[in-house]
Amino acid sequence: MEVGLEHYLILSTVLFSIGLYGALSKRSAVVILMSIEIMLAAVTVTMVAFSRYIVPTELTGQIFTIFIIVVAAAEAAVGLAIIIAIYRRRENIDASKIDLLKW
Amino acid sequence: MDMPIPNILIWFIFLLPLASFVLISFFTKPILKKPRLSGYLTIGAVAGSLTLSIWTLISILRAEGHELVIPDFNWLTINGVINIQVGLVMDTLTAVMLIVVTTVSLMVQIYSQGYMHSDPGYHRYYAFMSLFTASMLGLVMVNNLLLMYVFWELVGLCSYLLIGFWFHKPEAAKAAKKAFIVTRIGDFGFLAAILLLFSQTGTLDIAQIHSLALTGAIGGTILMWAAIGIFLGAVGKSAQFPLHVWLPDAMEGPTPVSALIHAATMVAAGVFLVARMFPIFEHSPDALLIVATIGGFTAIFAASMGLVMNDIKRVLAYSTVSQLGYMMLGLGTGGVAIGIIHLFNHAFFKALLFLGAGSINHATGTFDMRRMGGLRKVMPWTYFTFLIASLSISGIWPLAGFWSKDEILVSTFDSQPVLFYLAMATVFMTAFYMFRVVFLTFGGKYRGGTSSQTDTRPHESPMVMIIPMVILSVLAICSGWFNVTGDFGHLLGHGAEHGFIEGFFGILTHPLPWISLIMAFAGILLAYAIYSKNWISATKVRKFFSPIHTMFFRKYWMDELYEDIIGEKILNKGIFARLKLFDSKLVDGAVNGVAEAVMTMGRAIRQVQTGQLQLYGIFIILGVLAIAIGLILWG
Repeated sequence: MEVGLEHYLILSTVLFSIGLYGALSKRSAVVILMSIEIMLAAVTVTMVAFSRYIVPTELTGQIFTIFIIVVAAAEAAVGLAIIIAIYRRRENIDASKIDLLKW
Repeated sequence: MDMPIPNILIWFIFLLPLASFVLISFFTKPILKKPRLSGYLTIGAVAGSLTLSIWTLISILRAEGHELVIPDFNWLTINGVINIQVGLVMDTLTAVMLIVVTTVSLMVQIYSQGYMHSDPGYHRYYAFMSLFTASMLGLVMVNNLLLMYVFWELVGLCSYLLIGFWFHKPEAAKAAKKAFIVTRIGDFGFLAAILLLFSQTGTLDIAQIHSLALTGAIGGTILMWAAIGIFLGAVGKSAQFPLHVWLPDAMEGPTPVSALIHAATMVAAGVFLVARMFPIFEHSPDALLIVATIGGFTAIFAASMGLVMNDIKRVLAYSTVSQLGYMMLGLGTGGVAIGIIHLFNHAFFKALLFLGAGSINHATGTFDMRRMGGLRKVMPWTYFTFLIASLSISGIWPLAGFWSKDEILVSTFDSQPVLFYLAMATVFMTAFYMFRVVFLTFGGKYRGGTSSQTDTRPHESPMVMIIPMVILSVLAICSGWFNVTGDFGHLLGHGAEHGFIEGFFGILTHPLPWISLIMAFAGILLAYAIYSKNWISATKVRKFFSPIHTMFFRKYWMDELYEDIIGEKILNKGIFARLKLFDSKLVDGAVNGVAEAVMTMGRAIRQVQTGQLQLYGIFIILGVLAIAIGLILWG
């Protein structure tokens, strides 16, 4: 069986859906952060797959992927810092309890 | 003075006192701070106006048709439809009024030099007095109803300011307010009449309205209502029943102000207005009958209250109301000339009476006649001039009051017999209350003045106060003589002319003057019997007529009727309370209701905002999915 573009896209969709589900349903802020990382990974897979199959001679998708990884690393650092700060104040990191953004 | 007065100088009759007002308010008071200068400025300005008025009178007498034509100029144009001209009407009526206003005003201003000598409000006093005189002069000169209304209100404003001159006294503030509000009721009628006339004729020019009334272009009910509206204005200003209540309270102002208000300016405005608009009344017999009836009734009604008052100025105030009633009666039965002649004579002797009362107050420190007495010896000048004025107002031949009162009685006798008997009774009452004042004040023994002044003897007033009184007393004797030959009345469009001597003594060959003279002497005699000789005890008379005395003394409970029943019960607790209810419940209710509804809706809808970011995320995803599916299906 030849591995084609569709397979990569299916993989990417599955990964993204798992990440989305985690981000919207999990209580723990750390797990939500991890889920977001999964979603980013799904996007990078798509980028590389498109780049490889549509414009094989250029490396645009790969370059984008590098950028996304860098940004994801920074985001993880900031996100974890926020989570630690919240934990210090509230002694837990349950996302459903962080609901100050209401009336 | 052979040449006719230049047009520009006629304007100065009114502009001089106005300039004096402006100079005092903006220059001598705040910058120079020289009080004497303010006084001299006003006296100078009014003296200038008097000179110009005399010149005007002479010019008018020499002019063809006894009228000077002054070119108008445009004041304002609205949409090219309403075109309001400013101009002066210079006929004999104006000329007579100018003389009255400027003469009395000048005498009062000179007198005030003594009376207001050490008052801290000296500047303010003279500024207001200038404005007052200027407004009245403007009122009598303008030829246009709109401008007339402006001056009419200015006169009202000035009297408010001057009655409330000592505004730190609560009674003065209250009296000023009362004068303003009560006359405002009448002003409403005047304004309504102006609007009615304007809507019917499209012009505000008095001469044009008159000619339209003469030709019958306006007539019937409209003319009658316009006349009644105008008369309502006059009722307010001239203190006729039922709006007379403000004038007796206006005593709270300085006495020279009362002299000016009662003689020349404020109250004369009402009589003048009716005289000026007389052609409208002439073509509406009903309105004329109302004028005569209100006048005749007011004359006796006010005189009855004057019989029992203890405050000298209050007696004089009721006598003014009563005399104004005579003027209205004269206007209503005889025409312009008869009413205005009485206004002319009354101005001089009434101003004199008030200046005399002021002089007495200056000496004794009180206005209460029960604390006066015996002033004849210490104040000979005041006594003498006051006596002349009292004789004049009582209508004793050959003083001024006799001539005009006689004219009024004759014309009333011819047309309104019932009012004639009322007027005759008023002659008796007038003589009685005036000589009651004379005997209580000047006769007998001194009864002490104010409590603080018991040991100081009263003294005659300074010359600056006496001289105006002497000048006015000369006028109070002979101002009526202008009409002995019928000249004066003729100029105002009335009566036949005859020789002076013939008129002077000839009048005594008619029975009517004798009746009025007998009535007047009877009044004087009764006052003499009660208050000078004590042949009849005043207390016994009072006890005998106790209920009537109480009714007179309480002024027929008119103040109570207006203040407690109409003002408080009907308006404050009745209509206004309901309006307040309407305002607080319905108007406020609607506004608050809208706000409340929005609040309630907000409270319900904000439950959607849970603060759960993940929930928001789910909705975002659902939304994106919905858009995507929509695009796939219909895109």
